[in-house]
Amino acid sequence: MNSNAIKTAINVRVQTAVLGLFLLGTALQVSAQTQVDDAWVRATVAGQQATGAFMTVTASSDSKLLSVQTPIAKIVQIHESTMKNDVMSMHPVEFVALPAGTAVTLDPHSYHVMLIDLAGQVKEGDKVPLTLTVENASGEKESITVEAQARALNMPDHSKMH
Amino acid sequence: MSVSLTRRQVVTGIGLFSLGLLAGCDNSVSLSYKYGKDLSDKILGRTFKLKDSEGNLTTLSSFRGLMPMIFFGFTQCPAVCPTALARAVQIKKLMGKDGDTLQVVFITLDPERDTPAVLDAYVKTFDPSFVALHGTLEETAETAKEFGVFYEKIPSGSTYTLSHTATSFVYDTRGRLRVGLSPSLSAQECTEDLKTVMEVC
Repeated sequence: MNSNAIKTAINVRVQTAVLGLFLLGTALQVSAQTQVDDAWVRATVAGQQATGAFMTVTASSDSKLLSVQTPIAKIVQIHESTMKNDVMSMHPVEFVALPAGTAVTLDPHSYHVMLIDLAGQVKEGDKVPLTLTVENASGEKESITVEAQARALNMPDHSKMH
Repeated sequence: MSVSLTRRQVVTGIGLFSLGLLAGCDNSVSLSYKYGKDLSDKILGRTFKLKDSEGNLTTLSSFRGLMPMIFFGFTQCPAVCPTALARAVQIKKLMGKDGDTLQVVFITLDPERDTPAVLDAYVKTFDPSFVALHGTLEETAETAKEFGVFYEKIPSGSTYTLSHTATSFVYDTRGRLRVGLSPSLSAQECTEDLKTVMEVC
C-alpha cells in the first residue's frame, strides 16, 4: 500500500517535471511574438534612487506584460499614473494587458516601469538592458530583452508641445 | 518712550507693507486667463517656511520682485514632475527677457528620500536658476495644506510612491497669488497667461 502511494507520488513528480520541461520548450520556441519599440529610461542625478522606463509593446496574440527586470535596479514594478482634477495618482499594477496587434504605449502619462533602488546614477546615453516577461492567453511565457537608451532628465515632453 | 516709538514704526511699517500689497499692482480686478485658473481670491502660501538646498530659511517674501511659480513633487516621480519642470524651462524661453523674472520653486513632498543634495542637482539639471525647497515631514504637511495641495503615500511592495496635486501656483512680483496652471497646459498656453500676469505687475 505504502509503496503504491510512493510510486504515485513519484509519478506525479515525474509528470510535473516532464510538464515543466515541455512548458520550458514551448517558451523557448515562442519567439518574436511580442515586439518592443522605443524603449528608454529617464536619466537621474547622483543619489536619486528611482526612475522610470518607457516603451511601446505590441503582442501578436492577447497577452499580459507580467514583469520587467533589469540589472541596474533591485526592484522593478509596473505602475499606472492617472490624472484627475490636476491630481496625479500613482498605483502599482499586477500586469498590463496587451491586446493582440495593439501597440500599448508605456509612457509617463499611463503605464510605466519603475526602476527602484538603482545600482548607480543613470546617465544620458547609457544602455539599460530590460527583460520583459509576457504571458499569452494559453499561459505561455515569453522573455524579451531589449536595450533601453537613457534620455536626459530634462528632456521636454513632446506630447505636450504644440 | 523708545518702546512706543518702536511700536509706531512697526505699525507704520506694516501699514506701508499692506499698501504695497494692495495698491502696488492693479489687483482689484481679477485677471482673466485664457487657460489657467484665477486664484487671486485665494490666500495661499503666505506663511510657509522651508529650507533651500543650502539650508537658508525661505518664505514667499524671499522671492519679492520675482514671479514665483511653485510646484510640488518628488524626484522619484516618473512623469508629471520632470514634465512640469521641463515645461517651466520652455516657458522661461518663450517669455524671452521677462523669463528672468520667473522664479521656479520646486517643493518636495518626499523629504525622507529627497536629500538637499539630490534636490539641488535635480532642479538644476533643468535650469541653474531653479530653487528646491524642503522641510521636515510636519513642515511639508503644513505647507501642502496651506496650498490646498493633496498628496498621499502609496505603498508599493517594499517601497512607496506618491500621488499628488500637480498644479503650478504663480504669484506676481508683489507676492500676490495670481494663477494656477494645470499640468495639462502646454508651455505656450502657460506663457500666454503669465504674460497677462506681467501686464499688471
